[in-house]
Amino acid sequence: MSDILLEAKAVAKHFGGVKALRDVSLTIRRGEVYGLIGPNGAGKTTFFNCMTGLYIPDGGGFVFDGLALQADAPHQAAERGIARTFQNIRLFGNMTAIENVMVGRHVRTKAGVFGAMLMNRRTRDEEAAIRQRALELLHYVDIADRADDLAKNLSYGDQRRLEIARALATEPKLLCLDEPAAGMNATETEELRVLIEGIRNDGTTVLLIEHDVKLVMGLCDRVAVLDYGSLVIEDVPAVVQKDQRVIEAYLGA
Amino acid sequence: MKNWLNPRSTVGIALIAVALIALPFVVGAAGQAWVRILNFAILYVFLALGLNIVVGFAGLLDLGYIAFYAVGAYTWALLASPHFGLHFPVWAILPIGAVLACFFGVLLGSPTLKLRGDYLAIVTLGFGEIVRIFMNNLNSPVNITNGPQGITLIDPVRFGDFSFTGTSQILGLTLGGPQKYYFLLVALAILVIVINVRLQHSRIGRAWQAIREDEIAAKAVGINTRNVKLLAFAMGASFGGIAGGIFAAMQGFVSPESFSLIESIMVLAMVVLGGMGHIPGVILGAVLLTFLPEALRYAVTPVQMALFGKILIDPESLRMLIFGLALVLVMRFKPAGLWPSPERSRELGDKVAEGAK
Repeated sequence: MSDILLEAKAVAKHFGGVKALRDVSLTIRRGEVYGLIGPNGAGKTTFFNCMTGLYIPDGGGFVFDGLALQADAPHQAAERGIARTFQNIRLFGNMTAIENVMVGRHVRTKAGVFGAMLMNRRTRDEEAAIRQRALELLHYVDIADRADDLAKNLSYGDQRRLEIARALATEPKLLCLDEPAAGMNATETEELRVLIEGIRNDGTTVLLIEHDVKLVMGLCDRVAVLDYGSLVIEDVPAVVQKDQRVIEAYLGA
Repeated sequence: MKNWLNPRSTVGIALIAVALIALPFVVGAAGQAWVRILNFAILYVFLALGLNIVVGFAGLLDLGYIAFYAVGAYTWALLASPHFGLHFPVWAILPIGAVLACFFGVLLGSPTLKLRGDYLAIVTLGFGEIVRIFMNNLNSPVNITNGPQGITLIDPVRFGDFSFTGTSQILGLTLGGPQKYYFLLVALAILVIVINVRLQHSRIGRAWQAIREDEIAAKAVGINTRNVKLLAFAMGASFGGIAGGIFAAMQGFVSPESFSLIESIMVLAMVVLGGMGHIPGVILGAVLLTFLPEALRYAVTPVQMALFGKILIDPESLRMLIFGLALVLVMRFKPAGLWPSPERSRELGDKVAEGAK
C-alpha cells in the first residue's frame, strides 16, 4: 500500500475566460491532515468539486488510492472513499438528523426494492445495522441527543457536525471538509479542532479547506496554498507561514 | 412495525377490517352504482400512491402519470379481449402490464433526468399526451388499439371458473359484481399500501427523499441519482400499470378518452391535497376526490330543484366550479394538504407564518 492516498496531476478548470485552476498538482499522504488555503476565489472549492466529480476538469486528473478517479461521477467518488462537506451546509433539511446519517450509509449497503418489499431477514438486519451505525456516528460528533430533530432545526454548529457525521457514514478514506469553521466562534472552532484530530487519529485522512489560519496551522501536517488558481507552495505549516509569496497573496502586497 | 402488536392498534386494525368488510354492503344498499364509485376510489388510491412515489418521495413533478394507467389498461385490453382473440389469464396479464408500464416509466425517465420542477412537469405532460394520441391513432395501417372507438368486450378478472362479474353466492352472501371487485381491490390496496410504507422507510426510500431535499448533496454521499430516479419512475409507473389493468377488466371497455390530461391532474391533486409524501394523507385525498364530485353530482340537481324549482346550472359545470373552489380553499388554509406528515406540516406552517409577517 502506497504512502500516497491522493495525487492531483495538473488539474485545470476554467469557466469561460476565468482560469479557476491552472495545472494544480499536489499529493495527500495517508493519515495526515492536509490543509488547502488561499484567498477568496483562489480555486479551493473548484478543486474540491473537480475531485469529488461535481465538476469535470478541463485538464489533468486525480489518482486516488492507486487508481484514477472517473471525472464525472460524484457517486463513484463516494464509493471509492472520498466524502465531503459543503461550504454552505447542504443537509437534507426535512429529514431528521439520524436519517441524514442513514442516507450516508447508502453507498455501503445493498438493500434494493425487492428487499424493501419483502422485508426479509437480510434487509431487516441491514436496516438495524444502518440505524445502529448512524446513532454511533451521532454520538461520535456529539449530537446524539438531537437524533430525531429535523436537520434544518439544528443549530449552525450542530448542522456542521451533522454534515461531518453524514460524510463519515460513507466510510471515507479521505474526508474533505470545505470551510468547516466558517461562522464559528472561538469555542466552537476549538471543539471542531478536537473533532478533526479525533477523526485523523481514528485513521481517516482529512483534507481541510479553511480560512481560519490559526486552525489550519495548528491542525494540519502539511499545507498547500492556492492563489489565482495556481499552486503557490505545498509544505509543512512552519515553512508555509514564512513564505514570502504566501504573505503577498494574502496581503496583496 | 412493532407497534402493530400492541393491543390498542390490534383493536384499531380489527375495527378497520370490519368496516372494510361491511362497507360494500352498506354502500350497496344505496345502489350498485355507489359500490362502483367505491371501487374507483380504491383504484385512485392505487394511482395516487404510485404517483406519490414519484412526486411525494422523490420530488419529481410528473404531469403525465395517467399514461402508465393507459399502458396497463391497454395491455389488459389487448391481451384479454376478442380484439386480437387473446385471452391471457390474470396472473400473466397483470405482471406484463406492470412490467410494460415500468418500461415506459424508464423510457420517460431517462431523457428527463436532468430536469426538475416546471421543466420536468412540461415534458411529462407532453409524454402523457403522446401516449393518449398514440392510443387514438394506432388503428391504421395496422389496427392495434382500435382508435377512438376503443376496445370492447374485455375479459373480467377471472380465477379459474370464478369470475368477478355477475352475482354469485359466497358463504351464504349474495355478492354483486362490483362487490366482488371491491374485495379484490381492497386486498390489492392493502398490498400496495404495505409496499409503499416499506419502501418509504427503506434504504431506497431514504435515497428518494435525499434527492428531493438536495440532489447535489445526495450525489456527494454516493447515491447514484440517475438509477434511483429511474427507479422512482419505474415503481410509480408499475403501480399505475396494475391499476390500469384492473380498470380495463372492471369496465370491460377502454378508450383513449379515459386517459386525458385532466385525469393526470386529478391524481396529482389527490396527492397534493391529501398531503404529499404522507401515505395516509394520499389515501384520504384519493378517496375524497373520488367521492366528492360524485356526491355533488347527485346533490346538485335536487338542491336546485328545491331552491329554484328548475335547473339553473348544469350539474357537470357546477361540479367543476365547486371542485376548483375547494382546491383553492384547501391550498389557502392547509397548504401542506389535508393530512400531511407531521414534519411537512411543520415545514409549511413555518413558511406560512413567515409569509404573514
